[in-house]
Amino acid sequence: MDSRNYPLDASSLTISAKIVIAGGFGVGKTTFVGSVSEVKPINTEAWMTVAGEGVDPLPDSGKTTTTVAMDFGRIRLQPDLVLYLFGTPGQPRFWFLWDDLCRGALGAVILVDTRQIQDSFAAINYFENDSDIPFIVAVNKFDGELDYELDEVREALTLGPDVLLTTCDARDPGSTSKALQELVSYTMSCTVSYGPDVTWGQQQEG
Amino acid sequence: MEHIAMRSRRIRLYALTGGRTRPRHHLLVETLVSVPQYDQQLAGTLMPESQALYELARQTTSIAEMSAHLTIPLGVIRVLISDLVAQDVVFIHPTGFTYQYDRIILERILDGLKKLPA
Repeated sequence: MDSRNYPLDASSLTISAKIVIAGGFGVGKTTFVGSVSEVKPINTEAWMTVAGEGVDPLPDSGKTTTTVAMDFGRIRLQPDLVLYLFGTPGQPRFWFLWDDLCRGALGAVILVDTRQIQDSFAAINYFENDSDIPFIVAVNKFDGELDYELDEVREALTLGPDVLLTTCDARDPGSTSKALQELVSYTMSCTVSYGPDVTWGQQQEG
Repeated sequence: MEHIAMRSRRIRLYALTGGRTRPRHHLLVETLVSVPQYDQQLAGTLMPESQALYELARQTTSIAEMSAHLTIPLGVIRVLISDLVAQDVVFIHPTGFTYQYDRIILERILDGLKKLPA
């Protein structure tokens, strides 16, 4: 596949980091990932299986295996530091995969399309209530312009005043990079240190 | 990797892992895996899927990329890599999370993002 044409170097000290790109279906997550990734977004069918993820079968399917497509990209930011960008699968029923993707992330960018604002409610709820990773909300300017004032968007999304709300053009690498920088700065401003804890280690041993 | 493609997809993938679904190591989708010292003889003793992973990891590769390249579920990749770690033949790189995204790492990420061609 594509990314094998861009071998990572063999330095044993290279570390990786992760940012999650979330939002509703069709909001531009793959475009966002693709505009800064040094490889074409890798579309992988994660082949989630119930056995693998320890969740109950989906009630409406009766299937024990389901396929979830997710996109990710990669940027080598330093000779020994690689950043991965993971787009979340849009379908809300794959929350368990969101948990897996978010674990270990430095933060998330939630993309919003003001023409389909309701599609972002589920993602915002998830990061406000079910996840403890830092996040920012970015309105994707599809036509290069904002249709609404940011204050109006904040109100429509019922975002608290402390949530960082910004804009970006997912097609534009510079704009996308700026949104990522805003997230990293926001994470730096979070006073609570964030990383693996004892509980997590114990769960892994189980 | 042809031998992988030839294996019937009707096989239950978790048969490969002996039914185990939980890796013993902290393997995130972005966790990088590498082979510190490649051992061809050892490679020959591995089952095809593990062998393919071992070969891929000769160039530092993430868990997610391994899953994508081999079209093997993430959960299975994690268990198989975990086994290779137990055999002490692959190296698991730390991630930013390992260092609790301390200020130094976040600053280096920010610095790298600022240098990207716009």
